[in-house]
Amino acid sequence: MIKLVQHTLQRELTLAYRRRADLLNPLFFFVLVVSLFPMGITTDLDKLTEMSGGVLWVCALLASLLSLDLMFRNDFEDGSLEQMLLSSAPPQVIVLCKIFCHWLVTGVPLTLLSPLLSIMLALPGHALPVLMASLLLGTFSLSLIGSIGAALTVGLRKGGLLLTILIMPVLVPVLIFGTSTVQAIVLGLAWPGYLAFLGAFTAGAFALAPWLTVAALKVSVCD
Amino acid sequence: MWQLFVRWFHKWSSPKWFYEMSKPWSFWLGWAALLITTTAIIWGLGFAPVERLQGNSYRIIFIHVPSAFLSEAIYVTIAIAGAIGLIWRIKLAYYVAKICVPLGMSMAFLALATGAIWGKPTWGHWWVWDMRITSMLILLLLYIGLWALHNAMERPESGDRAAAILALVGVVNIPVIKFSVNLVTTLHQPATLKFTEKAPMHISMLIPLLLSILGFYLAFLALMLVRSRIEILRRERKAKWVQQEIEQLGNR
Repeated sequence: MIKLVQHTLQRELTLAYRRRADLLNPLFFFVLVVSLFPMGITTDLDKLTEMSGGVLWVCALLASLLSLDLMFRNDFEDGSLEQMLLSSAPPQVIVLCKIFCHWLVTGVPLTLLSPLLSIMLALPGHALPVLMASLLLGTFSLSLIGSIGAALTVGLRKGGLLLTILIMPVLVPVLIFGTSTVQAIVLGLAWPGYLAFLGAFTAGAFALAPWLTVAALKVSVCD
Repeated sequence: MWQLFVRWFHKWSSPKWFYEMSKPWSFWLGWAALLITTTAIIWGLGFAPVERLQGNSYRIIFIHVPSAFLSEAIYVTIAIAGAIGLIWRIKLAYYVAKICVPLGMSMAFLALATGAIWGKPTWGHWWVWDMRITSMLILLLLYIGLWALHNAMERPESGDRAAAILALVGVVNIPVIKFSVNLVTTLHQPATLKFTEKAPMHISMLIPLLLSILGFYLAFLALMLVRSRIEILRRERKAKWVQQEIEQLGNR
């Protein structure tokens, strides 16, 4: 079992490294869209402070949605996905490894990039660790839940937009708890409760998402 | 006795049996729904007394409440039917889940639209980002997602299974809607109708409201049966009995 996890992680990370240009796109998108908000709405720093948590969270959500389509597509097209589902190894573990790698190459870089952007949005310095913690937890549950949508649409030629429509309603709780955490600390309210809710949601998604994703992949592969 | 019941129950999973049995049911349920809903709406809109604080604008509850009830109930129906389809591989459950999607979508839209129309004179705003309203909007988006997924899949069988998985994922939203007004203090009022308590509402308003809810539910059941019958004819068109049935319908 440990060997399976090791090999899958190694394979996924190697593949990710070889198409690193694809992985940069969501990050550029994140930076660009965040910088659109001050230009589009207001440059008043006080107002930006109020909005910053929400803006960063919405943009992180959109950026990780953009990259979800790539989670299974290449494996589906070259046939290795079918081999994974047919192999004697539990497909849930393989899927969980893929989700984890997706989070490592999108969620974690997004989190690491967020301090830079939070300065541009005038987020108070003491809120930064909480913002990063909420993003780190939240992007993992985005990857977990998003994998169900990615698996449902992998067989479709124009799956990208449909994926967004399908999975967005389910991701709303993540967005609400993530934004509430950041806003609570900015306003000086108690924030650990919101972060705990986010953690609970992520834990629930961790337990259920791999099974649903495998079921969805089986549907897509049969289609 | 139990064996007989199980055998009778299992028969319902056969499209042919369902098609034959549902014909009288859909007829009588449809007429009962039409009668009860019309009575309730005329009673509610025309004859129920005027509310002390809201005046006549409260009358929209005779449409708002039943459609909101139904939009949740239909989603649960879809999720349960989808689960039955995934677990026991019953085609008919998938058909029912599929044809329920547009019904639920229209009910969710109706609930949001009537709520907005009522909100303008009462709260002063068409739309408020209150927890129940937001979660109803998410429900509408979930219906749209299910509908889009059915349309996107090339093989209807794959669409059925994919939509069933998605419906099960979306079920987390239902308790959020249900309990949103009781757990969090928001603008939307807490539940008025409860099974365990007497409703704090005068009997002259309560009766048309309950009638209207009953009528909407009956109308949903009737429409569900009619639409399932059409779906059976469409999806089982290669079966011999369906071809005979279509020929008969054409000759009439």
